[in-house]
Amino acid sequence: MPIIVNGREVAMPADARVSLLDFVREHLELYGTKKGCNQGACGACTVLVDGERILSCLALAVQYDGREVTTVEGLANGALHPLQEAFIVHDGFQCGYCTPGQICSAVGMAGELARGVPSHVTDDLTATDIALTHDELRERMSGNLCRCGAHNGIVDAITEVYAGPGA
Amino acid sequence: MIELAYTRATDAADAIRRGEGGNAKYLGGGTNLVDLMREIVEVPSALVDVTGLSAEIEQTDSGGLLIGAAARNTAVAEHPVVRARYPMLTRAIVAGASAQIRNMATIGGNLLQRTRCTYFYDTDGSRCNKRSPGEGCDAIEGFNRIHAILGASPACVATHPSDMCVALAALDAIVHLRSASGERTVALCDLHRLPENRPDVETVLEPGELITAVELPSSEIAAYSTYRKVRDRSSYAFALVSVAAALELDGDAVADARVALGGVAPKPWRAWRAEDTLRGRPATEATFLEAADEELADARPLAGNAFKVDLTRRTLVAVLQQLTEGGRR
Repeated sequence: MPIIVNGREVAMPADARVSLLDFVREHLELYGTKKGCNQGACGACTVLVDGERILSCLALAVQYDGREVTTVEGLANGALHPLQEAFIVHDGFQCGYCTPGQICSAVGMAGELARGVPSHVTDDLTATDIALTHDELRERMSGNLCRCGAHNGIVDAITEVYAGPGA
Repeated sequence: MIELAYTRATDAADAIRRGEGGNAKYLGGGTNLVDLMREIVEVPSALVDVTGLSAEIEQTDSGGLLIGAAARNTAVAEHPVVRARYPMLTRAIVAGASAQIRNMATIGGNLLQRTRCTYFYDTDGSRCNKRSPGEGCDAIEGFNRIHAILGASPACVATHPSDMCVALAALDAIVHLRSASGERTVALCDLHRLPENRPDVETVLEPGELITAVELPSSEIAAYSTYRKVRDRSSYAFALVSVAAALELDGDAVADARVALGGVAPKPWRAWRAEDTLRGRPATEATFLEAADEELADARPLAGNAFKVDLTRRTLVAVLQQLTEGGRR
């Protein structure tokens, strides 16, 4: 079965050793997703698979046939995704290397929050309506590192889209 | 080039057939195995993808929970029955790794993940008895801040890194296994081996044996439980010390207790001695300190991790105090 990347069916690689990260970058020339550490420690390679955020550096492409993969290139739909707009408005990046991973991760995070998935800082585990407080946001995004220190802008952007009055 | 064949199993019997003969490994989310392969620590010639096997989380006839080995960490942590009846398990899972990793990682893979000892990973530069039996252990005289104070041996001082397994140990979890010879169960507490003189043999699994499910027995005490993790960062870091605990009170006394420790041993460490000390005693700091001291009596700190002894003591006391103040019964 093909893998569906940003809505387009593509054939799986023949080599089982190809990571999903190398597949989208080297085979499909979608360079938005970044290789930061290639060992699952930085989050720069975060993509969405059937709406769920994963680390593409630890994913073997051959495991994902039939699945819908969304990279940062696939978020805009005519216009920029609201979160992409917010990252610009709130200055949520400096060098931009972690940014695609941050944005894909936040989109995935919003889905988990909507589903009521608890986090390490969630007080009441039985609550399914969890507010995106500052601490919850930082914990849920802790899998995405930023060495430029653009965290404040990242937090503001995510807060505006997923916790603000218009969220 | 290191050849790698990949197939996907349709069910447990199919997985076992595909994994037979030669150098095959079962592949779950890949969050540990792919990393180990990239580091040339693991060199399978074939991968059998078992992510299509049962990921169901269903209540058993005896009121417990049966979790398919292919269930993802996130799915288990967010399950309403786990959150309500086995909260230490949810807290342990969400304390581990990052959300992305928890979305990928399977329960079976979490059980079998390997140590993050830096010498184990350093294939080019370091001696490691786990990688190459008899080679030596560079951690014992090296940088051993994150290594074990309990259960280690002159051959290996590495720790088991899983948070989830610590909670499973405290919950008396049962691991369901299947091989070509049939099915059997093993207590989670008996799944992992201590290193002794064979640190390369980490579990009691037979070659080709597959984990199919993890069962949580029905448990009243589990509803009054928690997991606390002490680490260098406030998120996304392995435990220096962690405690999974459950407490049942009868007035001011401890009626029953479950305690397991993480970050301090080569396997998830069920604190049997601490539990024995706690039962029937007043639920006070003095008792909790005595329980911790009983459990740590045989602690063997290394040059770099002596702080873990007192950290374990204080964390265990704090967690038991927290559970006591929670007013459980």
